[in-house]
Amino acid sequence: MKKYFHLICLLAFSPLFLLAQSKAGSLLIKNGTVLTITKGNLSNTDVLIVDGKIKQIGANITAPAGVKTVDATGKFVMPGIIDAHSHIGIDAVNEATNPITSEVHVGDAINPMDISVYRALAGGCTSSHAMHGSANAIGGQCQTIKHRYGTMNPEEYRMEGAPRTIKFALGENPKRVHGEGRGIQPRTRMGVEQVIRKGLEEARIYAADLKKYQEAKKTNPNALPPTYNRRSEVLAGVLSGDILIHCHSYRADEILMMLNVCKDYGIKKITFQHVNEGFKVAPELAKFGASASVFADWWAYKFEVYYSTAYNATILTRNGVLTSINSDSQDYIRHLYHEAAKTQRYGGLTDDEALALITINPAKQLGIENKVGSLEVGKDADVVIFDNHPLSIYGVPQLTIVDGIIRFDRQNDADDQRLEVDPIKATSTYFRASADHNDDRCLEGVYEMTLDWFKDK
Amino acid sequence: MMKNKLIAALAILLMVGALRAQVASSTKGVFALTNATIQTVTKGVVQGTIVLQDGKIAALGTNVTVPANAKVIDCKGLTLYPGFIDGGSKVGIGEISAVSVTNDYDEVGELAPQMQALTAVNPSSPAVAVTRVGGVTTALIVPGGSGRFPGTAALINLVGYTPDQMYTGFKGVVLDFPTAGGGSRFDQRSEEDRKKDEEKAQKRLNDIWAQAVLYSKIDSATAGKPDYNPEMAALLPVVRGQQTLLVEVDKAEDIESAIKWVQARKIKKVIFTGVAEGWRVADKLAKANIPVITGPVIDLPTRSADRYDRAYANPGLLKKAGVKVAIRSNSTENGRNLPFHAGFAAAYGLGKEEALRAITIVPAELLGVADHLGSLEVGKSATLFASTGDPMEPRSQIVHVFIDGWQVPLDSRHIQLYQEFLKRSPGVDK
Repeated sequence: MKKYFHLICLLAFSPLFLLAQSKAGSLLIKNGTVLTITKGNLSNTDVLIVDGKIKQIGANITAPAGVKTVDATGKFVMPGIIDAHSHIGIDAVNEATNPITSEVHVGDAINPMDISVYRALAGGCTSSHAMHGSANAIGGQCQTIKHRYGTMNPEEYRMEGAPRTIKFALGENPKRVHGEGRGIQPRTRMGVEQVIRKGLEEARIYAADLKKYQEAKKTNPNALPPTYNRRSEVLAGVLSGDILIHCHSYRADEILMMLNVCKDYGIKKITFQHVNEGFKVAPELAKFGASASVFADWWAYKFEVYYSTAYNATILTRNGVLTSINSDSQDYIRHLYHEAAKTQRYGGLTDDEALALITINPAKQLGIENKVGSLEVGKDADVVIFDNHPLSIYGVPQLTIVDGIIRFDRQNDADDQRLEVDPIKATSTYFRASADHNDDRCLEGVYEMTLDWFKDK
Repeated sequence: MMKNKLIAALAILLMVGALRAQVASSTKGVFALTNATIQTVTKGVVQGTIVLQDGKIAALGTNVTVPANAKVIDCKGLTLYPGFIDGGSKVGIGEISAVSVTNDYDEVGELAPQMQALTAVNPSSPAVAVTRVGGVTTALIVPGGSGRFPGTAALINLVGYTPDQMYTGFKGVVLDFPTAGGGSRFDQRSEEDRKKDEEKAQKRLNDIWAQAVLYSKIDSATAGKPDYNPEMAALLPVVRGQQTLLVEVDKAEDIESAIKWVQARKIKKVIFTGVAEGWRVADKLAKANIPVITGPVIDLPTRSADRYDRAYANPGLLKKAGVKVAIRSNSTENGRNLPFHAGFAAAYGLGKEEALRAITIVPAELLGVADHLGSLEVGKSATLFASTGDPMEPRSQIVHVFIDGWQVPLDSRHIQLYQEFLKRSPGVDK
């Protein structure tokens, strides 16, 4: 019996142990070059983390009793990188069954065992915007997650207090999936506009009917509510500003179309995703106050990105558009610092401007800038430590911290970081997810669904 | 008179407007790049001057006399590097990957070694200029996709208006080695079916090779006049050890099979390409003395249980085991990232010096063009660029590019769009 005691204890308490482990940690980072993003760069500076929050930034801080110290002498300390567009940590990307699917939510499909989350941490990325795909003109709701890799509880991935968001998609993808693939609207950019307008108008009517009903109910107990419609209910949240639009887009004309739709419906906040031709309409984006989340240098993988430029982020930034650089890829999410550095080759952004593209700017686009995106007292202790400057090609992330807990440690982590090891497949099989960098993960799930259709072609 | 002048002026303006839509032409002449830091790659770092004449490096050193007719470019504060060589790319033979009719690298047929990548090069593809302004002056363009022998790769310089002007001295037959690999979410076969398919493919490959050997014998017996067979004719120089076989292979098990396969057939000139899992079998590659062109380096690990940085570390681990390693982008439109792939390899174990060699002299040697490419030496091709700093660092700017003696304008579609739209006119109000 004694022989099994430890095992029994372990089994009995391990779920509790996991929960306890995942909350928050305390840590003192000593003597690093601290790149705060919002408050300048500080050399030989300490960062004290207590219970998952940044408690103090300054010189000669002493570690409180029981708080571990990390020596960052000669190293660079920056806020955890934020990806405003990814599809990691989720099991489903596209509900490609209707041009409007606002009722679905990728937050219902969180997969805490996705190895991509660990790999993102190894690239210094601590939060991401797990998005619905781009199959539909109005896609599903997205989920801002924290990379709390190690927990098996999907709920712990949700970032507390992050605003709700939803995916819209313009151009070739919804055209291809619905118009070409299923023979229904939209097959053109004209159709995309009308599908979106129809969805928003129905939501407006639904919200008005609901309000009318709520008024009527006060005096008439027999008043009838409108038929419940989750799709319109969610889109009513978009109209009220509770849910932020993140709109997959490429061409200048469709961006302008979407701005007009927003104006007509009084929608104030929108982030355009990919937005390869954003540079062409940068003045319009700036005037509206719309944001842009772009690739550093992807182009020519499909026709709507043929007239792109790697100077996109620079042109947008210089025109006053709030800009971020995203990955849309389980590969690129591991080196967003390098993607940001490319804006120095293509347009000569300063270090501060380039680093803002992957920290405070995406935080603003996701509405979480009061919690993450810079190193400031009171913010979440999401931190990454590099051996060289993060914008240098020789910068290698060494330690990644989420809520004060070290989740990636280059020196000490074992090679195999899978959480769920299939005993039948103890040796993991060969899989090249990114052999072709032209892979559009925005359409994941659609190819599988329409595989037979593609074969017929 | 006045009216004529006005018309002439307008005509010139219109011409300028028309020209603006295209990348400007390159110019040739005698150039002296003075006060430069010269990274020769093979003979250390030299302070001084390089003279370019007749497409070649005419002089290089600290005490170099500048010819009277030379156009002098002061390179104070700049470092000169030999043009980078991308050991595997589809620049010029692919255009828009999602639009299949724009791509010319994947011909129908399992056996198509006679297909010439050089034939399908579009010298005016916008990606050509986009790539070369980043210092990547030379690329091995490699056909492939679905065939076992998808065609013949060719090394091109990214300057010129015809494929022949671009060609620079190497062709190699591509073999996409059989694999049970799956390796993609499009592959929905069962593991058993994959294994069966691989065995079938392996047997078919062996038959093809046996045929090629037989064809070589018939060719000898008929004094070079065998029956018309373009596929076998294309394999002939490889069978005879006169031409290089480029074996595309990634998975560890397949690399091992491929080593045995080429050894059993005593294939003389062979390079393995891709080699994503080379690190797993690096000792075997080293022992077999088979050189490698690997990449992309900035890539995911190939297995979920593998350490996160395996793709970055692969070139360093191969080199450490004693394998000769060149690096490729394996890209169509983003070959400009080649120095960044090398930079990641450098940071994750290969080291800066070897990383630089892996995109200059090593590919030049592997492809048999080190007589004119891969380093800065007197007599070699005037193919080089000037950088404000380490060209693997994104913050460095490439400021002069010469290919084959031609001064290439720092112009591309990406740069033109930048110039047009940085301060768009009209802006919001017209």
